[in-house]
Amino acid sequence: MPGPKRPIRVLIAKPGLDGHDRGAKVVAAALRDAGMEVIYTGLHQTPEMIAQAAIQEDVDVIGLSILSGAHMTLFPRIRKLVDAAGRSDILVTGGGIIPPDDMDSLERQGIGKLFGPGTPTTELIAYIEEWAAEHVSA
Amino acid sequence: MRLEAILEGLERREPAALARAISLVENQRDGFERVLSHVHARLRRGGTRRIGITGPPGAGKSTLTERLIQQFRSQELRVGVVAVDPTSPFTGGALLGDRIRMEAASLDPNVFIRSMATRGARGGLATTTEEVTDLLEAFGFDRILLETVGVGQTELDVARTAETTVLVLVPESGDGIQTLKAGVMEIADVYVINKSDRPGADKLRQEIEVMLGIRHGNAFRHMAPHHAPPPRAPRPADGRTGGPADRGAPPSGRPPVRPSDVWDPPVIATVASRGDGVAELAQAVDRHYAYLEAGGLLAERRRQQLAQRTRAVLERAVQHWISEATRAEELLQRRLDDVADGRRSPYDVAAEILDQVKTGALG
Ligand SMILES: Nc1nc2c(ncn2[C@@H]2O[C@H](COP(=O)(O)OP(=O)(O)O)[C@@H](O)[C@H]2O)c(=O)[nH]1
Ligand SMILES: [Mg+2]
Repeated sequence: MPGPKRPIRVLIAKPGLDGHDRGAKVVAAALRDAGMEVIYTGLHQTPEMIAQAAIQEDVDVIGLSILSGAHMTLFPRIRKLVDAAGRSDILVTGGGIIPPDDMDSLERQGIGKLFGPGTPTTELIAYIEEWAAEHVSA
Repeated sequence: MRLEAILEGLERREPAALARAISLVENQRDGFERVLSHVHARLRRGGTRRIGITGPPGAGKSTLTERLIQQFRSQELRVGVVAVDPTSPFTGGALLGDRIRMEAASLDPNVFIRSMATRGARGGLATTTEEVTDLLEAFGFDRILLETVGVGQTELDVARTAETTVLVLVPESGDGIQTLKAGVMEIADVYVINKSDRPGADKLRQEIEVMLGIRHGNAFRHMAPHHAPPPRAPRPADGRTGGPADRGAPPSGRPPVRPSDVWDPPVIATVASRGDGVAELAQAVDRHYAYLEAGGLLAERRRQQLAQRTRAVLERAVQHWISEATRAEELLQRRLDDVADGRRSPYDVAAEILDQVKTGALG
Protein backbone atom coordinates (compact mmCIF):
# COMPACT_ATOMS: atom_id res chain seq x y z
CA MET A 1 0.00 0.00 0.00
CA PRO A 2 1.80 3.10 -1.15
CA GLY A 3 1.56 5.91 1.36
CA PRO A 4 1.87 9.58 0.57
CA LYS A 5 5.00 10.92 -1.06
CA ARG A 6 7.89 10.61 1.32
CA PRO A 7 10.45 13.35 1.93
CA ILE A 8 13.92 13.11 0.40
CA ARG A 9 16.45 12.21 3.11
CA VAL A 10 19.82 13.94 3.02
CA LEU A 11 22.89 13.61 5.21
CA ILE A 12 24.88 16.82 5.51
CA ALA A 13 28.37 16.34 6.87
CA LYS A 14 31.59 18.21 7.17
CA PRO A 15 34.57 15.89 6.84
CA GLY A 16 38.12 16.90 7.49
CA LEU A 17 39.85 19.25 9.79
CA ASP A 18 38.85 22.74 8.72
CA GLY A 19 37.23 24.73 11.43
CA HIS A 20 33.71 26.03 10.96
CA ASP A 21 30.44 24.66 9.71
CA ARG A 22 28.47 27.80 8.97
CA GLY A 23 28.11 26.90 5.31
CA ALA A 24 27.01 23.35 6.05
CA LYS A 25 24.42 24.61 8.52
CA VAL A 26 23.00 27.09 6.03
CA VAL A 27 22.67 24.33 3.47
CA ALA A 28 21.07 21.98 6.01
CA ALA A 29 18.48 24.60 6.95
CA ALA A 30 17.75 25.43 3.32
CA LEU A 31 17.15 21.78 2.45
CA ARG A 32 14.85 21.41 5.43
CA ASP A 33 12.91 24.45 4.31
CA ALA A 34 12.61 22.81 0.90
CA GLY A 35 10.78 19.92 2.59
CA MET A 36 13.65 17.46 2.99
CA GLU A 37 14.62 15.48 6.06
CA VAL A 38 18.16 16.55 6.83
CA ILE A 39 20.40 14.59 9.13
CA TYR A 40 23.13 16.89 10.28
CA THR A 41 26.20 15.29 11.82
CA GLY A 42 28.47 18.21 12.55
CA LEU A 43 32.15 18.91 12.23
CA HIS A 44 35.28 16.80 11.82
CA GLN A 45 33.60 13.66 10.54
CA THR A 46 35.80 10.89 9.21
CA PRO A 47 34.74 9.16 5.98
CA GLU A 48 33.94 6.04 8.02
CA MET A 49 31.63 7.98 10.34
CA ILE A 50 29.87 9.61 7.41
CA ALA A 51 29.37 6.34 5.56
CA GLN A 52 28.08 4.54 8.64
CA ALA A 53 25.64 7.35 9.40
CA ALA A 54 24.41 7.41 5.80
CA ILE A 55 23.78 3.65 5.84
CA GLN A 56 21.97 3.68 9.20
CA GLU A 57 19.87 6.68 8.27
CA ASP A 58 19.08 5.23 4.83
CA VAL A 59 19.55 8.57 3.12
CA ASP A 60 19.08 9.21 -0.57
CA VAL A 61 21.81 11.83 -0.74
CA ILE A 62 25.06 12.63 1.05
CA GLY A 63 26.05 16.29 0.87
CA LEU A 64 29.61 17.09 1.88
CA SER A 65 31.11 20.46 2.54
CA ILE A 66 34.86 20.36 1.98
CA LEU A 67 36.96 23.49 2.20
CA SER A 68 40.21 21.88 3.30
CA GLY A 69 41.46 21.02 -0.15
CA ALA A 70 41.24 17.31 0.60
CA HIS A 71 38.31 16.76 -1.77
CA MET A 72 40.27 14.45 -4.09
CA THR A 73 40.72 11.92 -1.29
CA LEU A 74 37.56 12.46 0.79
CA PHE A 75 34.88 12.24 -1.91
CA PRO A 76 36.18 8.99 -3.48
CA ARG A 77 36.82 7.44 -0.06
CA ILE A 78 33.24 8.03 1.07
CA ARG A 79 31.91 6.84 -2.29
CA LYS A 80 33.91 3.62 -1.89
CA LEU A 81 32.71 2.96 1.68
CA VAL A 82 29.08 3.53 0.77
CA ASP A 83 29.37 1.30 -2.30
CA ALA A 84 31.00 -1.42 -0.18
CA ALA A 85 27.90 -1.44 2.03
CA GLY A 86 25.81 -2.13 -1.06
CA ARG A 87 24.49 1.39 -1.41
CA SER A 88 25.89 2.59 -4.72
CA ASP A 89 22.42 4.08 -5.27
CA ILE A 90 23.13 6.91 -2.81
CA LEU A 91 24.10 10.21 -4.45
CA VAL A 92 27.31 11.74 -3.13
CA THR A 93 27.43 15.44 -3.85
CA GLY A 94 28.62 18.60 -2.15
CA GLY A 95 30.58 21.76 -2.40
CA GLY A 96 33.77 23.56 -1.63
CA ILE A 97 36.69 25.21 -3.33
CA ILE A 98 37.15 22.66 -6.09
CA PRO A 99 38.91 23.39 -9.40
CA PRO A 100 36.90 22.44 -12.53
CA ASP A 101 39.43 19.75 -13.51
CA ASP A 102 38.99 18.08 -10.14
CA MET A 103 35.22 18.27 -10.50
CA ASP A 104 35.43 16.42 -13.80
CA SER A 105 37.75 13.83 -12.38
CA LEU A 106 35.48 13.26 -9.37
CA GLU A 107 32.44 12.99 -11.58
CA ARG A 108 34.16 10.18 -13.46
CA GLN A 109 34.63 8.47 -10.09
CA GLY A 110 30.91 8.40 -9.41
CA ILE A 111 30.52 11.67 -7.54
CA GLY A 112 27.55 13.90 -8.40
CA LYS A 113 27.58 17.55 -9.34
CA LEU A 114 29.76 19.73 -7.11
CA PHE A 115 29.12 23.35 -6.23
CA GLY A 116 31.54 26.20 -5.65
CA PRO A 117 31.40 28.46 -2.62
CA GLY A 118 28.65 31.06 -2.78
CA THR A 119 26.38 28.97 -4.99
CA PRO A 120 22.78 29.89 -4.12
CA THR A 121 21.18 27.05 -2.14
CA THR A 122 18.28 27.08 -4.60
CA GLU A 123 20.63 25.58 -7.18
CA LEU A 124 21.57 22.71 -4.91
CA ILE A 125 17.92 22.13 -4.01
CA ALA A 126 16.93 22.02 -7.66
CA TYR A 127 19.74 19.59 -8.42
CA ILE A 128 18.76 17.21 -5.59
CA GLU A 129 15.08 17.38 -6.46
CA GLU A 130 15.73 16.62 -10.11
CA TRP A 131 18.08 13.80 -9.24
CA ALA A 132 15.55 12.32 -6.79
CA ALA A 133 12.69 12.57 -9.27
CA GLU A 134 14.70 10.40 -11.61
CA HIS A 135 16.40 7.98 -9.22
CA VAL A 136 14.41 7.65 -6.01
CA SER A 137 11.42 5.36 -6.03
CA ALA A 138 8.51 6.98 -4.24
CA MET B 1 16.37 -3.17 -2.51
CA ARG B 2 13.57 -5.64 -3.02
CA LEU B 3 11.60 -7.08 -0.18
CA GLU B 4 13.25 -10.50 -0.42
CA ALA B 5 16.67 -8.88 -0.35
CA ILE B 6 15.71 -6.95 2.77
CA LEU B 7 14.51 -10.08 4.52
CA GLU B 8 17.67 -11.96 3.54
CA GLY B 9 19.82 -9.05 4.64
CA LEU B 10 18.05 -9.03 8.00
CA GLU B 11 18.84 -12.74 8.37
CA ARG B 12 22.48 -11.95 7.74
CA ARG B 13 22.30 -9.06 10.20
CA GLU B 14 23.35 -6.45 7.67
CA PRO B 15 22.93 -2.90 8.96
CA ALA B 16 22.03 -1.67 5.47
CA ALA B 17 19.12 -4.12 5.35
CA LEU B 18 17.94 -3.01 8.79
CA ALA B 19 18.08 0.59 7.61
CA ARG B 20 16.03 -0.25 4.51
CA ALA B 21 13.51 -2.19 6.58
CA ILE B 22 13.08 0.79 8.88
CA SER B 23 12.36 3.05 5.90
CA LEU B 24 9.86 0.56 4.55
CA VAL B 25 7.99 0.65 7.85
CA GLU B 26 8.34 4.40 8.26
CA ASN B 27 6.98 5.02 4.78
CA GLN B 28 4.45 2.18 5.00
CA ARG B 29 5.54 0.91 1.64
CA ASP B 30 4.45 -2.32 0.03
CA GLY B 31 5.42 -5.30 2.12
CA PHE B 32 6.10 -3.44 5.35
CA GLU B 33 3.56 -5.49 7.24
CA ARG B 34 5.12 -8.66 5.91
CA VAL B 35 8.49 -7.60 7.27
CA LEU B 36 6.93 -6.80 10.65
CA SER B 37 5.07 -10.05 10.70
CA HIS B 38 8.33 -11.81 9.89
CA VAL B 39 10.23 -10.22 12.75
CA HIS B 40 7.38 -10.62 15.20
CA ALA B 41 8.33 -14.22 15.89
CA ARG B 42 11.70 -13.06 17.18
CA LEU B 43 10.40 -10.59 19.70
CA ARG B 44 10.33 -10.81 23.47
CA ARG B 45 12.88 -13.53 23.63
CA GLY B 46 16.10 -12.01 24.80
CA GLY B 47 14.94 -9.40 27.27
CA THR B 48 15.46 -6.33 25.14
CA ARG B 49 14.59 -3.24 27.11
CA ARG B 50 13.24 -0.02 25.67
CA ILE B 51 13.99 3.21 27.45
CA GLY B 52 12.23 6.43 26.50
CA ILE B 53 14.17 9.65 27.07
CA THR B 54 11.96 12.70 26.91
CA GLY B 55 12.05 16.31 28.05
CA PRO B 56 12.21 19.87 26.76
CA PRO B 57 14.49 20.84 23.86
CA GLY B 58 18.06 21.49 24.94
CA ALA B 59 17.72 19.64 28.26
CA GLY B 60 20.57 17.34 27.29
CA LYS B 61 18.63 14.27 26.13
CA SER B 62 21.01 13.46 23.28
CA THR B 63 24.07 14.03 25.43
CA LEU B 64 22.60 11.76 28.07
CA THR B 65 21.69 9.20 25.42
CA GLU B 66 25.30 9.07 24.29
CA ARG B 67 26.41 8.53 27.89
CA LEU B 68 23.89 5.74 28.33
CA ILE B 69 25.12 4.14 25.12
CA GLN B 70 28.62 4.14 26.56
CA GLN B 71 27.36 2.77 29.86
CA PHE B 72 25.55 -0.10 28.14
CA ARG B 73 28.47 -0.75 25.80
CA SER B 74 30.75 -1.13 28.82
CA GLN B 75 28.43 -3.97 29.82
CA GLU B 76 28.81 -5.37 26.30
CA LEU B 77 25.18 -4.74 25.52
CA ARG B 78 24.21 -3.87 21.97
CA VAL B 79 22.37 -0.59 21.67
CA GLY B 80 19.83 0.72 19.19
CA VAL B 81 18.76 4.36 19.25
CA VAL B 82 15.76 6.06 17.71
CA ALA B 83 15.88 9.85 17.92
CA VAL B 84 12.63 11.58 16.98
CA ASP B 85 12.48 15.26 16.09
CA PRO B 86 9.56 17.33 14.84
CA THR B 87 8.68 17.82 11.20
CA SER B 88 7.89 21.38 10.21
CA PRO B 89 4.15 21.51 9.64
CA PHE B 90 4.72 24.21 7.03
CA THR B 91 7.34 22.66 4.77
CA GLY B 92 7.22 18.98 5.71
CA GLY B 93 10.98 19.14 6.19
CA ALA B 94 12.97 18.40 9.33
CA LEU B 95 16.43 19.05 10.68
CA LEU B 96 17.58 16.01 12.63
CA GLY B 97 20.65 16.88 14.65
CA ASP B 98 20.72 14.40 17.51
CA ARG B 99 23.61 12.43 16.02
CA ILE B 100 25.94 15.36 16.62
CA ARG B 101 25.88 14.55 20.33
CA MET B 102 26.25 10.83 19.84
CA GLU B 103 29.55 10.96 18.03
CA ALA B 104 31.42 8.70 20.44
CA ALA B 105 29.19 5.85 19.31
CA SER B 106 29.30 6.61 15.64
CA LEU B 107 31.85 3.99 14.65
CA ASP B 108 30.78 1.21 16.98
CA PRO B 109 29.30 -1.65 14.93
CA ASN B 110 27.21 -2.65 17.94
CA VAL B 111 25.41 0.67 18.01
CA PHE B 112 22.77 1.63 15.48
CA ILE B 113 21.34 5.15 15.49
CA ARG B 114 18.34 6.21 13.47
CA SER B 115 16.85 9.70 13.29
CA MET B 116 13.14 9.98 12.61
CA ALA B 117 10.95 12.97 11.87
CA THR B 118 7.44 13.08 13.29
CA ARG B 119 5.95 13.61 9.79
CA GLY B 120 2.22 13.56 9.39
CA ALA B 121 2.33 10.18 11.11
CA ARG B 122 -0.42 8.33 9.31
CA GLY B 123 -1.53 5.57 11.61
CA GLY B 124 0.11 7.27 14.57
CA LEU B 125 3.73 8.04 15.26
CA ALA B 126 3.70 5.94 18.41
CA THR B 127 2.71 2.87 16.42
CA THR B 128 5.35 3.49 13.75
CA THR B 129 8.06 4.09 16.32
CA GLU B 130 7.10 0.97 18.17
CA GLU B 131 7.31 -0.97 14.94
CA VAL B 132 10.76 0.47 14.27
CA THR B 133 11.92 -0.58 17.74
CA ASP B 134 10.56 -4.06 16.97
CA LEU B 135 12.89 -4.21 13.99
CA LEU B 136 15.79 -3.17 16.22
CA GLU B 137 14.84 -5.72 18.83
CA ALA B 138 14.59 -8.54 16.29
CA PHE B 139 17.96 -7.49 14.93
CA GLY B 140 19.44 -8.27 18.32
CA PHE B 141 19.84 -5.05 20.24
CA ASP B 142 19.71 -5.47 24.01
CA ARG B 143 18.83 -1.89 24.84
CA ILE B 144 16.82 0.53 22.76
CA LEU B 145 16.92 4.20 23.59
CA LEU B 146 14.08 6.31 22.30
CA GLU B 147 14.68 10.06 22.38
CA THR B 148 11.70 12.36 21.87
CA VAL B 149 11.07 16.01 22.60
CA GLY B 150 8.53 15.98 25.41
CA VAL B 151 6.29 18.78 24.29
CA GLY B 152 3.32 17.33 22.46
CA GLN B 153 0.94 14.49 23.09
CA THR B 154 2.39 12.55 20.16
CA GLU B 155 5.86 12.58 21.64
CA LEU B 156 4.53 11.55 25.03
CA ASP B 157 2.78 8.62 23.42
CA VAL B 158 6.07 7.64 21.83
CA ALA B 159 7.92 7.78 25.14
CA ARG B 160 5.22 5.64 26.66
CA THR B 161 5.84 2.79 24.27
CA ALA B 162 9.05 2.13 26.22
CA GLU B 163 9.11 -0.01 29.33
CA THR B 164 10.78 2.78 31.24
CA THR B 165 10.28 6.48 30.60
CA VAL B 166 12.94 8.93 31.74
CA LEU B 167 11.99 12.61 31.95
CA VAL B 168 14.98 14.94 31.64
CA LEU B 169 14.61 18.36 33.24
CA VAL B 170 17.13 21.12 33.88
CA PRO B 171 17.40 23.66 36.72
CA GLU B 172 15.88 26.25 34.40
CA SER B 173 12.72 24.13 34.23
CA GLY B 174 12.20 24.81 37.93
CA ASP B 175 9.62 27.56 37.76
CA GLY B 176 7.97 25.89 34.85
CA ILE B 177 7.19 22.41 36.01
CA GLN B 178 3.73 23.33 37.24
CA THR B 179 2.97 24.76 33.86
CA LEU B 180 4.32 21.84 31.87
CA LYS B 181 1.69 20.34 29.67
CA ALA B 182 -0.59 18.16 31.69
CA GLY B 183 0.62 14.63 31.47
CA VAL B 184 4.30 15.40 30.98
CA MET B 185 5.19 15.23 34.65
CA GLU B 186 3.02 12.21 35.25
CA ILE B 187 4.47 9.85 32.70
CA ALA B 188 7.97 9.47 34.07
CA ASP B 189 9.27 6.39 35.84
CA VAL B 190 12.59 8.10 36.48
CA TYR B 191 13.27 11.84 36.79
CA VAL B 192 16.59 13.31 35.80
CA ILE B 193 17.81 16.74 36.78
CA ASN B 194 20.45 17.28 34.14
CA LYS B 195 22.87 20.22 34.10
CA SER B 196 23.12 19.85 37.85
CA ASP B 197 26.32 21.82 37.53
CA ARG B 198 24.10 24.86 37.26
CA PRO B 199 22.39 26.72 40.09
CA GLY B 200 18.82 25.76 40.93
CA ALA B 201 19.20 21.98 40.81
CA ASP B 202 18.30 21.54 44.49
CA LYS B 203 15.24 23.72 44.17
CA LEU B 204 14.04 21.70 41.21
CA ARG B 205 14.58 18.48 43.13
CA GLN B 206 12.41 19.81 45.96
CA GLU B 207 9.68 20.79 43.56
CA ILE B 208 9.67 17.39 41.89
CA GLU B 209 9.67 15.59 45.20
CA VAL B 210 6.82 17.68 46.54
CA MET B 211 4.87 16.96 43.39
CA LEU B 212 5.57 13.24 43.67
CA GLY B 213 4.65 13.35 47.34
CA ILE B 214 1.32 14.96 46.54
CA ARG B 215 0.66 12.22 44.08
CA HIS B 216 1.28 9.65 46.78
CA GLY B 217 -0.87 11.57 49.21
CA ASN B 218 1.97 12.88 51.33
CA ALA B 219 3.59 16.09 50.25
CA PHE B 220 6.00 16.08 53.14
CA ARG B 221 7.16 12.52 53.07
CA HIS B 222 10.73 13.56 52.44
CA MET B 223 10.98 15.57 55.60
CA ALA B 224 11.99 14.08 58.91
CA PRO B 225 9.10 13.89 61.35
CA HIS B 226 9.34 16.01 64.51
CA HIS B 227 8.55 13.16 66.81
CA ALA B 228 10.90 10.24 67.28
CA PRO B 229 10.55 7.83 64.38
CA PRO B 230 9.31 4.35 65.18
CA PRO B 231 12.08 1.77 65.25
CA ARG B 232 12.83 0.68 61.72
CA ALA B 233 12.87 -2.87 60.59
CA PRO B 234 16.44 -3.88 59.82
CA ARG B 235 17.51 -3.61 56.21
CA PRO B 236 18.11 -6.82 54.32
CA ALA B 237 21.46 -8.27 55.32
CA ASP B 238 22.96 -8.08 51.85
CA GLY B 239 22.62 -4.33 51.98
CA ARG B 240 21.22 -4.29 48.49
CA THR B 241 19.57 -1.09 47.52
CA GLY B 242 16.95 -1.05 44.91
CA GLY B 243 13.52 -2.04 46.13
CA PRO B 244 10.69 -0.37 44.31
CA ALA B 245 10.40 2.25 47.00
CA ASP B 246 14.11 2.87 47.25
CA ARG B 247 15.26 6.35 46.57
CA GLY B 248 18.91 6.30 47.51
CA ALA B 249 18.64 8.38 50.66
CA PRO B 250 17.41 6.45 53.68
CA PRO B 251 13.82 7.53 54.23
CA SER B 252 13.47 8.30 57.85
CA GLY B 253 10.33 7.12 59.56
CA ARG B 254 9.00 5.46 56.46
CA PRO B 255 8.27 1.76 56.54
CA PRO B 256 10.90 -0.04 54.47
CA VAL B 257 8.26 -1.77 52.41
CA ARG B 258 5.34 0.20 51.11
CA PRO B 259 2.17 -1.76 51.47
CA SER B 260 0.90 -0.85 48.04
CA ASP B 261 4.28 -1.61 46.52
CA VAL B 262 3.85 1.10 43.93
CA TRP B 263 6.87 2.35 42.02
CA ASP B 264 8.31 5.41 43.65
CA PRO B 265 10.04 7.34 40.86
CA PRO B 266 13.62 8.27 41.76
CA VAL B 267 15.00 11.72 41.07
CA ILE B 268 18.57 11.58 39.79
CA ALA B 269 20.99 14.45 39.36
CA THR B 270 23.26 14.26 36.32
CA VAL B 271 25.79 16.34 34.47
CA ALA B 272 25.52 14.60 31.13
CA SER B 273 28.32 16.61 29.55
CA ARG B 274 30.71 15.17 32.16
CA GLY B 275 29.03 11.81 32.62
CA ASP B 276 28.19 12.43 36.28
CA GLY B 277 25.23 10.44 37.59
CA VAL B 278 24.92 8.31 34.47
CA ALA B 279 25.78 5.03 36.20
CA GLU B 280 23.17 5.85 38.83
CA LEU B 281 20.62 6.56 36.12
CA ALA B 282 21.35 3.24 34.43
CA GLN B 283 20.87 1.49 37.77
CA ALA B 284 17.56 3.24 38.33
CA VAL B 285 16.39 2.13 34.90
CA ASP B 286 17.39 -1.45 35.72
CA ARG B 287 15.58 -1.24 39.06
CA HIS B 288 12.44 -0.07 37.32
CA TYR B 289 12.62 -2.95 34.89
CA ALA B 290 13.15 -5.40 37.75
CA TYR B 291 10.14 -3.90 39.47
CA LEU B 292 7.97 -4.39 36.40
CA GLU B 293 9.22 -7.92 36.03
CA ALA B 294 8.80 -8.93 39.65
CA GLY B 295 5.27 -7.65 39.92
CA GLY B 296 4.17 -9.47 36.78
CA LEU B 297 3.53 -6.02 35.36
CA LEU B 298 5.76 -6.57 32.37
CA ALA B 299 3.72 -9.45 31.06
CA GLU B 300 0.49 -7.56 31.64
CA ARG B 301 1.87 -4.45 29.95
CA ARG B 302 2.93 -6.45 26.95
CA ARG B 303 -0.47 -8.01 26.59
CA GLN B 304 -2.02 -4.56 26.65
CA GLN B 305 0.53 -3.25 24.19
CA LEU B 306 -0.09 -6.11 21.82
CA ALA B 307 -3.83 -5.52 22.02
CA GLN B 308 -3.23 -1.83 21.38
CA ARG B 309 -0.94 -2.62 18.48
CA THR B 310 -3.42 -4.95 16.89
CA ARG B 311 -6.09 -2.27 17.23
CA ALA B 312 -3.81 0.35 15.68
CA VAL B 313 -2.90 -1.89 12.76
CA LEU B 314 -6.57 -2.69 12.23
CA GLU B 315 -7.52 0.98 12.32
CA ARG B 316 -4.75 1.81 9.91
CA ALA B 317 -5.89 -0.92 7.55
CA VAL B 318 -9.53 0.16 7.76
CA GLN B 319 -8.60 3.79 7.14
CA HIS B 320 -6.48 2.77 4.23
CA TRP B 321 -9.17 0.52 2.84
CA ILE B 322 -11.80 3.24 3.08
CA SER B 323 -9.62 5.79 1.35
CA GLU B 324 -8.08 3.56 -1.31
CA ALA B 325 -10.49 0.71 -1.96
CA THR B 326 -13.86 2.41 -1.63
CA ARG B 327 -15.38 5.47 -3.21
CA ALA B 328 -16.15 7.04 0.16
CA GLU B 329 -14.17 10.16 -0.64
CA GLU B 330 -16.00 10.54 -3.94
CA LEU B 331 -19.40 10.42 -2.24
CA LEU B 332 -18.15 12.84 0.40
CA GLN B 333 -17.13 15.31 -2.30
CA ARG B 334 -20.55 14.97 -3.95
CA ARG B 335 -22.34 15.77 -0.68
CA LEU B 336 -20.05 18.64 0.23
CA ASP B 337 -22.24 21.35 -1.33
CA ASP B 338 -25.21 20.15 0.72
CA VAL B 339 -23.16 20.23 3.89
CA ALA B 340 -21.67 23.63 3.11
CA ASP B 341 -25.14 25.05 2.38
CA GLY B 342 -26.43 23.69 5.64
CA ARG B 343 -28.93 21.36 4.00
CA ARG B 344 -27.24 18.38 5.56
CA SER B 345 -24.95 17.85 8.53
CA PRO B 346 -21.55 16.17 8.50
CA TYR B 347 -23.00 13.52 10.83
CA ASP B 348 -25.78 12.76 8.45
CA VAL B 349 -23.43 12.44 5.49
CA ALA B 350 -20.89 10.36 7.44
CA ALA B 351 -23.68 7.97 8.44
CA GLU B 352 -24.77 7.69 4.81
CA ILE B 353 -21.19 6.97 3.69
CA LEU B 354 -20.71 4.38 6.41
CA ASP B 355 -23.98 2.67 5.47
CA GLN B 356 -22.94 2.47 1.87
CA VAL B 357 -19.45 1.22 2.74
CA LYS B 358 -21.00 -1.50 4.91
CA THR B 359 -23.38 -2.66 2.22
CA GLY B 360 -20.56 -2.67 -0.27
CA ALA B 361 -22.22 -0.08 -2.47
CA LEU B 362 -19.02 1.98 -2.59
CA GLY B 363 -16.64 -0.93 -3.13
N1 LIG C 1 26.25 22.74 31.55
C1 LIG C 1 25.78 21.60 31.03
N2 LIG C 1 25.49 21.53 29.72
C2 LIG C 1 25.01 20.36 29.23
C3 LIG C 1 24.80 19.23 30.05
N3 LIG C 1 24.30 18.25 29.30
C4 LIG C 1 24.18 18.73 28.03
N4 LIG C 1 24.62 20.01 27.99
C5 LIG C 1 24.62 20.89 26.80
O1 LIG C 1 23.29 21.24 26.49
C6 LIG C 1 23.13 21.43 25.08
C7 LIG C 1 21.94 20.65 24.56
O2 LIG C 1 22.21 19.28 24.68
P1 LIG C 1 21.44 18.16 23.83
O3 LIG C 1 21.94 16.85 24.32
O4 LIG C 1 21.55 18.44 22.39
O5 LIG C 1 19.93 18.41 24.31
P2 LIG C 1 18.56 17.80 23.74
O6 LIG C 1 17.95 18.83 22.85
O7 LIG C 1 17.72 17.59 24.97
O8 LIG C 1 18.87 16.52 23.04
C8 LIG C 1 24.46 21.03 24.47
O9 LIG C 1 25.21 22.17 24.20
C9 LIG C 1 25.12 20.19 25.55
O10 LIG C 1 26.52 20.22 25.48
C10 LIG C 1 25.14 19.34 31.46
O11 LIG C 1 24.97 18.42 32.25
N5 LIG C 1 25.61 20.54 31.88
MG1 LIG D 1 18.38 15.86 21.08
